[in-house]
Amino acid sequence: MLRIIVCVKAVPESKAAESLKIDPVTKSLPRLDIPLEINPLDRNALEVALQLKEGSGAHITVISMGPPPAGDIVKECLALGADKGILLSDPAFAGADAYATALTLAKAVKKIGEVDVVLCGRASSDGATEWVGPELAVFVDMPIVTMVREFVKTDGKNWVVKADIENGYRLVQAALPTVFTVTQDANTPRTLSFSGIIKSRKKEITTWGLNDLGVLEDSVGLKGSPTIVSKLAYVESKRECEFIDGTLEEKVDQLINKLVEAGVAS
Amino acid sequence: MSDHINPVWVIGEKVDGNIPPICFEIIGQARKLADELDAPVEVLLFGKGIRDRVDSLFHAGADVVHVGDATGFEVYQSEIYLASITALVDERKPQIMLIGSTFMGRELAPLIAAKLGTGLSAHCIDLVLDEDGILEQQIPAYGGLMSIICPDKRPQIATVARGVFPMPTLDESRSGKILQVDPPPEMITRVKTLEVVHVEPKGLPLETAPVVVAGGAGAGSSEGWQEIAELAEALNAALGSTRPAVDEGWTDLETMIGQSGRMVSPEIYIGIGLSGEQQHMVGIMGAKLMIAINNDPKSPVFGQVDIGIVEDCRQFVPALVKALKEMESDPVRATHVV
Repeated sequence: MLRIIVCVKAVPESKAAESLKIDPVTKSLPRLDIPLEINPLDRNALEVALQLKEGSGAHITVISMGPPPAGDIVKECLALGADKGILLSDPAFAGADAYATALTLAKAVKKIGEVDVVLCGRASSDGATEWVGPELAVFVDMPIVTMVREFVKTDGKNWVVKADIENGYRLVQAALPTVFTVTQDANTPRTLSFSGIIKSRKKEITTWGLNDLGVLEDSVGLKGSPTIVSKLAYVESKRECEFIDGTLEEKVDQLINKLVEAGVAS
Repeated sequence: MSDHINPVWVIGEKVDGNIPPICFEIIGQARKLADELDAPVEVLLFGKGIRDRVDSLFHAGADVVHVGDATGFEVYQSEIYLASITALVDERKPQIMLIGSTFMGRELAPLIAAKLGTGLSAHCIDLVLDEDGILEQQIPAYGGLMSIICPDKRPQIATVARGVFPMPTLDESRSGKILQVDPPPEMITRVKTLEVVHVEPKGLPLETAPVVVAGGAGAGSSEGWQEIAELAEALNAALGSTRPAVDEGWTDLETMIGQSGRMVSPEIYIGIGLSGEQQHMVGIMGAKLMIAINNDPKSPVFGQVDIGIVEDCRQFVPALVKALKEMESDPVRATHVV
């Protein structure tokens, strides 16, 4: 049976994330208790795995690195249909950049052992680097195809996928085991079902820390990160907003006037 | 410029037989950084039949161009490109490596960084040197600007957003050294690009359109998105998007404006149902007149535009489209409005 690992990340809920703003005076980020959700694109990655499982069968392990509350999103993945959930959590993992995150996930992938396919979302909504999937691939010595929008052939050991490029796509053949990063076009992720929640109640998630992964403390977290944030600067907008008031129709008319003035509508 | 100082590298690329503007934009900035460091600029360019394009790279500011004009380099193959580039890094020891945030660059850069055991920043909008000559890689974050540095590991690698640096003035008297790169012999690859398929882009190109209409999560549904698309059409504008709209599947990644998408500077920008998130707003910093429509009067978007309308875009946009269409068919009303 196909052995799939899906990497997911707990990110701040998109609505709440908007309130995370640099303080113009202290130039630092406020500490807020922000609710977490599954990174939206990781849902697409999980959906690829779930559809493969429903098709020809697969065993799905979800791994996530994050603080203990991130365990909730791993549980959510189990409720969606994943078979096994592993949370990589240790104070030593904190402050990791993409490199140290990928390295930690890679240690977990190696510890899991035999694997055919590793799936990641194209990017995370908070870091937005897109680097974890490819860097993980290097650390586990697997090839990678990024930005996959369609899995064209998924039988046998040689898969064929369509991956986004400028104004088009490339058709790529990949010999398993391979890492794929998945775009929003790959599928429409399912939502939680009541029966899924009931079934997942019995499933436990496993937590692995520094010692379980057998890594040195200075190769993970902030210490293992080649990049650091050196400065945060507050940027002030130079624009001043003039509001258009009135009824909906008056606003439409006034906006059209502005557009005519600017030479757009005539 | 002296040869013993570790070079500043630019990874170039060929798209449809041409070198895209981003490569020249990066070479221009690499030249500035290299002059401050007294270092040479070296460009890597792989692809079959590209040798006659190399002069333009010298004109833009390159001192050395490593040309991989051989069988094996015809199209981007990640494992072959990665092996060739990392072998050349060992030999040339660049201190800085800049890569365009293109589809190829976004896959190749993290492979190179992981293989070399060094850091990598994403879709930078500015690159400057600090007092110690360390590269400050600036990205928008949390409503401000964040500087990322890679203090110890080398090279310092960054991908660069499209359109943030100006096209350098080409100096046709400049020339440089061409060095041949050969692909690794008999390499067994596990992934292989079989075919590259180009699809005609839909709508007006964002980069050159005088008017850009951009929609966000506030569209609410694909029907809501369709209305925003109709508005773009009625105004003869290009249609752009924010990341949440792309994540919802209403539009393609290619329409996304912002740090990890496209950088545009139209005459007029109309942002609809979007919150003014920094990632998006940095992509339109150059717009002359900015207008926003959002149902939340406290939305941060209003702090970043010239004209604001507090309305639910799902009611406002259809009404606006209707009025624009009536104007077209009824010039009397148009005169009345003006």
